Amino acid sequence: MLFTLLEFNPIKPDFGLIFWTTLIFLIFWFLMSRVAFTPIKNALKKRENDIQDALDQSKKAREELATMKADNAKMQAQANEERAQILQQAKDMKNSIITEAKDKAKDEANKIVANAKLEIDNQRKAAVTDIKNQAGIMAIEIAESLLKKNLKGDAEQEGLVNTLVDKFNLN
Amino acid sequence: MKAFYMIRLVAFLSLVFCLTFSMSAQHDHAGHDHTGHDHSGHDHAGHDHGTAKAGADDSHEGCGHAHGGEFDVAATAMHHISDANVYSIGPLQIPLPVMLKSDDGWKVGMSSMFHPDLLGHGDGHVAVDKYVLQGGIVKRVQDASFPMGEVKVKGFRHDKKDNSYVCTGDAEYLLDPKSTADGGLFGGGITSFMDFSLTKNVTSMLLVCLFLFWIFRKAAKAYNNQDGVAPKGLQGMLETFVVFIRDEVAIPFVGNKWEKYFGFLLSVFFFILGLNLYGQIPFFGGSNVTGNLSVTLVLALLTFIITTVSGNAHYWKHLLVAPGIPLLVKFIIIPVEIMGMFIKPLTLMLRLFANITAGHIVMVVFIGFIFIFGKSGESVGGALGASVGSALLTMFMMALELIVALVQAFVFTMLTASYFGAATEEVEHH
Repeated sequence: MLFTLLEFNPIKPDFGLIFWTTLIFLIFWFLMSRVAFTPIKNALKKRENDIQDALDQSKKAREELATMKADNAKMQAQANEERAQILQQAKDMKNSIITEAKDKAKDEANKIVANAKLEIDNQRKAAVTDIKNQAGIMAIEIAESLLKKNLKGDAEQEGLVNTLVDKFNLN
Repeated sequence: MKAFYMIRLVAFLSLVFCLTFSMSAQHDHAGHDHTGHDHSGHDHAGHDHGTAKAGADDSHEGCGHAHGGEFDVAATAMHHISDANVYSIGPLQIPLPVMLKSDDGWKVGMSSMFHPDLLGHGDGHVAVDKYVLQGGIVKRVQDASFPMGEVKVKGFRHDKKDNSYVCTGDAEYLLDPKSTADGGLFGGGITSFMDFSLTKNVTSMLLVCLFLFWIFRKAAKAYNNQDGVAPKGLQGMLETFVVFIRDEVAIPFVGNKWEKYFGFLLSVFFFILGLNLYGQIPFFGGSNVTGNLSVTLVLALLTFIITTVSGNAHYWKHLLVAPGIPLLVKFIIIPVEIMGMFIKPLTLMLRLFANITAGHIVMVVFIGFIFIFGKSGESVGGALGASVGSALLTMFMMALELIVALVQAFVFTMLTASYFGAATEEVEHH
């Protein structure tokens, strides 16, 4: 009853409306694709690529930073080791220098002592020689004086020799 | 808090009362409160009530005869969802351009040439070159003896068989509705004239398309002007929809070749969504554009054409040969597949049409409760009571219709994308 009694326009395909809808929609499709949809699609794609790039780059930068940090630590450890080595070397050198100096000083001292001993020896030898010379001279002098004195008896000679020897011993 | 609530309630009720009053006021010169519309054979405001002439035998009332009948909610609903040659906002009838083609040639002008009341029902007081304006819709006198040029119109009459008549004072003439392409299936057919006017639906379509074009151009410019800046405002809002259609519809349903169809899918989506929402704006005419079969037919036809044109070898082989299926089953499968090729766009067409039309009808019916319970103005208390109930129901319905507007636009786009996807699919799945 409803549809037979009433004019139910919307269900009847109307030539005018079909014509205008087709025309308007085709123009709408064309213009919107050209002016809005394609540029927006491209802009969205570009933005997404940019974001992906930025993320990739930051990841790369982070990785680089991490490797740099590791390198730094390695270098620091190396430097520490080297420093320790250098210090050790310096210590060793110091010790060796001290030891060397000590040895040298000892040698020097020994040499000095040896020289001194030699000198003393020489002096002593010289003194002994001197004494010997003097004793010789004295003996000659004694003999001279003995010869000069008239030897009067054996007793007297004996007495004289003894006094001379005593005298000599005193020296 | 309570006082504020009371003020709001009073304001709301007075608004409803004013609306009730203003809608009945336009019928004052008909001598009674008649809040219905004029499609059920009753008379209406703004007409001469001259001597009625009972022209046809099956009519109850004479042409132009004042008659305080019952409010016919179905007729009102049908009237409101129909396309028209005037843009009516409430009782205000804004004239629109008319372009009419008959055997006598083209008739071009504004619908104001039929001299309808500016506040009324869109019934013209003058017939021009056999054309008349009845209820905002152009019709044509069938009778060849009817004079060309301007003829004074006294009134219109409907009979039980949905024939309309025009009265010119001395005689009554049968009217032809405009030609439709349904071949009599829905009561239409080829008649004596075709209507290529910029109707209410065409005007709405133009307004919505211009609006969409304007906001999208603005948004697209923002991508250039603010390159590298996070989207905001209008650009951000539209981008949400564009990205949604791309990621949830185009890429999953069409597949690799989505970019080729992206423009069409977005155009369909925003065209439907824009018109669905435009029809929901209160006091804006309530245009039922996507609820008109002509409009959904064009959209579905374009989907069908694009699907058929872009169908690849695999699609046609699947459709016409059905490889890998036993021979006997093929006799069933292949006809079904071929029928499906046409049924798919048909369902697209009908689904959108039915959903949006149903929403509009329900809305008009809910508002019609005011006049049903008000007994066409006799019971003010009933009308007031029904106003509150009707307002609540209508608000609920409007919220629902907002969802329907989005869902139907999405469903149409998604199914279109899936048809494109099926037509361009490369992978052998048998």
